[in-house]
Parts: sequence; structure tokens; C-alpha cells
Amino acid sequence: MAEIRFAGYGGQGIIRSGIIAGRAASIYDNKHATMSQSFGPEARGGACSSQLVVSESKVLYPYITNSDILVAMSQAGYDKFEPEMSEQGMLLYDEDLVKPKQLRGNITAYAIPATRFAEELGNKIVANVVMLGFFTAITEVVSHDAMKKALPESVPEKAVELNLKAFDRGYNFGLEAAKKQGDSKKN
Amino acid sequence: MKADPRGVLTGVYYIDGDVAAGYGALAAGCKFVAGYPITPSTEAFEAICHRGPQVGAVFIQMEDELGSISAIIGATWSGVKTMTITSGPGYSLMQECIGFGAMLETPFVLLNIQRGGPSTGVPTKTGQADMMQSRWGSHGDYELIAIAPESPQEMFDYTIKAFNLAEKYRCPIMIMSDECVGHMTEKVVIPEADKIEVEPRRLYTGPAEDYLPFKPEPDLVPKMAKAGDGLKLYITGQTHDERGYPVKDAEYKSKYGRRLVDKIRLNKDKIIELKEEGTDNADVIVVSYGISSRVAIKGVELAREKGIKVGTLRLVTVWPFPDEKMSELAKKAKAFVVPEINYGQVVYDVARCAHGRANVVLVPHGGAGVHNPNDIADAIEMAAKEDKKIEGLIEFKTRLEKSVFEGGFKLKE
Repeated sequence: MAEIRFAGYGGQGIIRSGIIAGRAASIYDNKHATMSQSFGPEARGGACSSQLVVSESKVLYPYITNSDILVAMSQAGYDKFEPEMSEQGMLLYDEDLVKPKQLRGNITAYAIPATRFAEELGNKIVANVVMLGFFTAITEVVSHDAMKKALPESVPEKAVELNLKAFDRGYNFGLEAAKKQGDSKKN
Repeated sequence: MKADPRGVLTGVYYIDGDVAAGYGALAAGCKFVAGYPITPSTEAFEAICHRGPQVGAVFIQMEDELGSISAIIGATWSGVKTMTITSGPGYSLMQECIGFGAMLETPFVLLNIQRGGPSTGVPTKTGQADMMQSRWGSHGDYELIAIAPESPQEMFDYTIKAFNLAEKYRCPIMIMSDECVGHMTEKVVIPEADKIEVEPRRLYTGPAEDYLPFKPEPDLVPKMAKAGDGLKLYITGQTHDERGYPVKDAEYKSKYGRRLVDKIRLNKDKIIELKEEGTDNADVIVVSYGISSRVAIKGVELAREKGIKVGTLRLVTVWPFPDEKMSELAKKAKAFVVPEINYGQVVYDVARCAHGRANVVLVPHGGAGVHNPNDIADAIEMAAKEDKKIEGLIEFKTRLEKSVFEGGFKLKE
């Protein structure tokens, strides 16, 4: 079972990230995936997070107790949800938006300039999808194929191509980052 | 009768419970929804607004909840299947017309996505504290049916069931869901239309001059007519005879009023749906409904790891209450553990049926969250160890309550 928290601010596609990953896991990987969203009274710009529990069997408790994975797209999101992380957890963050503190326990951290990559691709709106590609490569909670199937169903038709590009950018960057992390562990 | 394929959005979706309930309503043949959008039920409105026009269903945003429920009662009498959707404060405002609907034997579905209360409460977070209101909310004697789904798939499936029960028993059906299930996104499979059974309206087909709008069939439910179809209709909120004309004497009040409760009570065995697991040799039985029954299984698993014999009884339909089942279990088990997201509601009916034969432990939750499964496991363990019969309710002190109140408020001398 994996408990995943996506955190950022409204408008970044944080809830959408949870939906895409959950759809991929439950419909295309045939796992059980329960996504819950929480939001304050704010909409755009306010703190926002979604939680996704992925499991081989039915998810009985729908919320996060100790997150295995924190995907942080804002400093406030990181600050709020870092304490709930498992000591064995993985932290994935946008390196231009989040400055993590000293890592606790055995937490491993992976950084990506997701928003910058998205801007290079032409629209920062796909920063969350760059991050999802990165997430897929590093965590292996959902398969690459499942994500590639879930993604086009989850975005407007005219934006499919851009989103797939954004996903690949994050995914390839993630494969390299995972490799680097593996190499450094060996040394 | 099979569902009209027009309303059935066959496919595999990843949607939340609210949307699933909206799709369920359309699949069941709902053609009219009136409501006043309120968190956390808004996504159900959106689903109806978005998909409704494509399948011939109409949504009207009314001026308030009184108007909403009145509009669906009127629309039902025009011959269509109807629903309203609400939460918390809106549910309170609808109470008068729930009784009106029951009195007129009007089939409709009310989707209540429960949130924290009373009053505005915690609008964006969960609660199960409207359960007794769903049973007793309107004045006077009446019975209705309440269903508590635990997942988005069940929101789809049981919304269809709710529409079918409404037509079958001609009464308002409450879907007593909650924010957690409403805002929970999961895989939902919508089958083909020919796999979905829908109950048609029980329309009168005999000679017009013989029609009596409130004359019961053998199962105590009368046949209905559509307003404007030429049959003579007299419909009033006053207690009425078979013609629909007001009566006021005690004997008639008794005769005609009684049927409103008896048509549910006497058909109870056909209405009640329970999910029972491992109760045969259980020392402790967890009785729960909705999201709490789902979270409770986690607690049951933890308790079983400690070797405790524990079973579960899930009330899929909460009302009418399964008195006989509960009394029978009370003879076998040592105790019932009842987790609910309130400070004690359905637990009182469990205690009523336990009749002192089994202990009854309430695991309360104040709302804005769901139970910690460890609390449910600990309550089961406590109940299993207790060999004395304890009168009245035993309230389990949860971790949350201990941390905020040190186990509960106390009056100062």
C-alpha cells in the first residue's frame, strides 16, 4: 500500500494530479486507488492538497496516516505536510518553489524544476504533469503505460499533446534522477 | 423493467461519490432535479447539470431548499422520477416537505451528503449526525427508508436502488451519505442499461370512474395517477381517506394514518438490506453504516489479529431498523460496538434491541473526520474483556477525545 500526498496551491492542478494518478492505478493497473481532496474556503491561490491511497486490496481507511510519498509544489504545502511523512518516505519537490529542510530518518528527496520545464514547453499549467512524469519514474506506484492511458482522458483534447510532452519530460528526468540516487547509494 | 439506455452512461469512470450519485439518478430514469447547491453535495448538482440535458433530464436551481423539495413533489405528480440534493442546513429546511411527501405518498429521492453540524457546522468536512433527523425530522407519524452508501460505486448502485424503492413503496427515500464518500474519488463501473433494473411508476390503469388515489393494493401501497391525465385527483397534506378527502375523527385518523407507517413496517423484510460477516461465533459485533462501516473493517482486522472473535453487521439500509436481527444477535454476542460520526444516534436503536442482553459500546466521533481504526479495535477489545452486563450505553474514550478534552468535559463544583 502507498499513501501519497500531492500538495501545492489552488490552480496548480494538485487535485487533478491525484485524479490522474488514481485513474491510472485503478483503471489501468487494476489496483485499488482512493483519492480524497481537501480544500479551504479559498480557490485559486489558496493551500490545496489531494491524498491518494493505492493498494492491492480495497482501501478501507481513505485518508493518509503517514505518507509514503509527498509531492510538494509549494513551500506552504511542504511545510504543512512534511511532518506527516513516514521516516522511510520519498519527497518529490519542485526545486524552484520548495526549499526542504534537513531530511528526517531515511527520507529520500528528489528534486525537479517542474514549473521551469513546463514554461520551457510553452505553458506552466502543465507543471503538475511534468511532476507526474517524474513521480511515475521514481516511485513506480503507477506504471508508465497506465499513466500514458489515463493522461489523455484527463485533460482537454487540444492539450493532450502538450501534456504528453510534459509527462515525458518529467519521466525522463525522473529516470536519470533515480539512476543517480541508485549510483550514489552504491558508492 | 430495464433502464432506458439514454440515461445510462455505460463505462468505467474515476469519479467521486457525488458525481456517481448523479449518474445513478440519471440511470434510474430521474428526469427532474430541483435544488439549491450546497457544499459538500455540489458535485452531484454539477453532474446532473452537465449530463442531464444530454439525457432529457431537467435541473432547476431553486430559490431555496423549501422551493426545491416542493418543486420535486409537484414534478413527481406530473409523472416523472425526481430527486433533490442537499446537506446540513438545507436538510433541516426540507424537513417540513419530507413529511408532506410522505403524507401524499410521493415517490422521490433525497440525497443528503452529510457534513459537520449543527447549523453551518463544518461545511467542507464529514459527519453522520443527521441520522435521527432522517428518521424523525418531520412532524407526525410516518416511516421512510434511509440508505447509507460507503463508496462511489455504491453511490451509483444505491441511488438506483433508492429510486426503485421510492416507486415501490411510494415514499421519500433518503440517501444518507456523507462528505467523505461524496468527495472520495474511486473507480466506478456503470454497466449497460440492460443490466440495470428500474422500477416503473405504479400507475392506475382501470376505469377512470373507479379510481381512488389512496386505495391500497394488497402490499398497502396505492396506485398513482399523473396529474392532467384525466383521473380525478384530490391531494392534500391533511389526513385523508381513499378519495384523498380530509378526515378528522380519531377512527379515520387511525385508519388512514396507520397505513403510512404500516406500508413500510409490514414490508420491512423486503426493504432491509444488511451485510453480515463473521457474526456466528462472535463475542463482539460491530454495527455500523456508511463510511464508518468501511473504516470499521480496518478496526475489526486489527482486533482479529489479537485473537478476538468479532463480527460485523453493516446497515446498508439504516431505516427501517432491523429490530429482529439485532435482537437475535443480542442473544448470541457479548457486546455491540457502534462507531458513528456523532455523539450517539443509531446506537440508541441498537441498545433498544439489545434489551440488556448484550452490552452496547458507542465509539463517538465529533465529525470533520472519520474514526481512527485503532480506536475501533480498542473498543472491540474492551467490549470483549467485559464480562459484566452494564446497564445503559458505554462510551468509549477515543484518542481524539482524550487529546482534546482529557476524556470529556466535566462540570465544576
